[in-house]
Amino acid sequence: MEKALFEYLLRLGDDSLILGHRLSEWCGHGPILEEDIALTNLSLDLIGQATSFLDYAGKVEGKGRSEDDLAFLRFDKDYRNLLLVERPNGDFGVTIMRQFLFDAYRKPLFERLVHSSDETIAAIAAKSLKETKYHLKHSSEWVIRLGDGTEESHERIQEALNDLWKYAAEIFYEDEVDATLKEAGVLPNMETLRADWEEIVYSVLKEATLETPDNNWKQEGGRKGLHTEHLGYILAELQYMQRAYPNMEW
Amino acid sequence: MKELNIDELKRRFQEKIDNDIKIEPKDWMPDDYRQTLIRQISQHAHSEVVGMLPEGNWITRAPNLRRKAVLLAKVQDEAGHGLYLYSAVETLGADREETIDDLHSGKAKYSSIFNYPTLTWADMGAVGWLVDGAAIMNQVPLCRCSYGPYARAMVRVCKEESFHQRQGFEIMMKLASGTPEQKAMAQDALNRFWWPALMMFGPNDADSKHTQQSMDWKIKRHTNDELRQQFVDITVPQAEMIGLEIPDPDLKWNEETGHYDFGEINWDEFWQVVQGNGPCNKDRIDARRKAKEDGMWVREAANAYAEKRKARLAKKAS
Repeated sequence: MEKALFEYLLRLGDDSLILGHRLSEWCGHGPILEEDIALTNLSLDLIGQATSFLDYAGKVEGKGRSEDDLAFLRFDKDYRNLLLVERPNGDFGVTIMRQFLFDAYRKPLFERLVHSSDETIAAIAAKSLKETKYHLKHSSEWVIRLGDGTEESHERIQEALNDLWKYAAEIFYEDEVDATLKEAGVLPNMETLRADWEEIVYSVLKEATLETPDNNWKQEGGRKGLHTEHLGYILAELQYMQRAYPNMEW
Repeated sequence: MKELNIDELKRRFQEKIDNDIKIEPKDWMPDDYRQTLIRQISQHAHSEVVGMLPEGNWITRAPNLRRKAVLLAKVQDEAGHGLYLYSAVETLGADREETIDDLHSGKAKYSSIFNYPTLTWADMGAVGWLVDGAAIMNQVPLCRCSYGPYARAMVRVCKEESFHQRQGFEIMMKLASGTPEQKAMAQDALNRFWWPALMMFGPNDADSKHTQQSMDWKIKRHTNDELRQQFVDITVPQAEMIGLEIPDPDLKWNEETGHYDFGEINWDEFWQVVQGNGPCNKDRIDARRKAKEDGMWVREAANAYAEKRKARLAKKAS
């Protein structure tokens, strides 16, 4: 049970960490100043969530690893994030679509985790849910704006959707970790999560005049530590200081 | 009401200034005053936005989660400052987009300090401590500037800058009390940023073409040299406190004046960097231009969508 809990906390923490990292790459380069600020806000929230989840993961593991040890000193195979969140930022449309597909999962997920039998998870989920509602509102509005904006923006965001669709399918990857935690009540009501995600996604895509891709292939691996080529580069930057100057306080 | 002649308008304007009454956007003001403010405030806004880049350079490499979050929040504040300052410029009748185009074409300047590279993590400390520290010296008096919207924007900006300065100093303090490698990293950052920070106050008073008029208008309250001296006097003891050495062999306390004497600034370097020959001038402007060009389709889409929405709502209402 502890092992499954640790594993699941890494999934939650790493999703936030890696997506927070990706969004932070936008800082100073956003398409308008207002959006630069918005993307940085998302990033800050996600890094805050990563800190909480990884801190708790370290405690559950019981080997004395801190949130920073977990964030900065694991190797790529030990990261448990979705492949979706490590996809490169691309243009603003790719970033927004990646965010939307993720937010549409995170909001119903946190709505469930608020009722988790694990009090710490419930507390982190309650705080994160407030943030995630804003994230979803922001990303949905942009998907609609870009989808129903100009011909160019429609094409770009449709292409982003087509590219990311197979990665979104990994959101619903499940294994023995989920089974163990469901049984213990740590993960309540998970059987309707997918339907909630679909409801959000399909209604926004419809309003955005976008077509749902007919590609049913699932690109999986992240939850088991098998990543894309991109994670290595993220880690090279993320871990640079901790690797170059080990065992120092900053 | 009979129309006032220009001399009478000028007299009343100066009277307000002399009595410390704020000038507001709709008040009459001399064209030179307006142009000076547009130049100064837009330059200030550009500095905030370009200033995001050298620190943004280390966000993805920050050494731990707390530092990463603090740095992100700090750079985000700079974007916020840029926003209120662009709004203040707009109250003077200037257009935000045109102002930004002037930055991209090289017509408008920004603070030259941001043309220096950030090479190590310690630079995040040095920039916060010295660059934000120098900016505060310049900006605190602007909270009393005669132009209302600028003065009010500066009150908020200064509060945040003072937090930035403290976080920068805290990074330096941590490094200076760390391992020999960390301390060397901190000293190296101080060595590189000290002189450019002193240059942030602008040319010596004798060579500063805008100072006197700006002081009469109470846009500026202290001269460049006064502010620079104040900065040196405050910063030197801070460096001593954390055991770092100011890279100036001529620096010494002067009992008579009650100030530090310091060495001559390399004004050749200053003017070269202002004119575009700094280590990062091109990179900074290219990054801003690229952000604008890459974002063009996004802004167009947002406008197109807003138009469609308006049309749909109008159709519904009719």
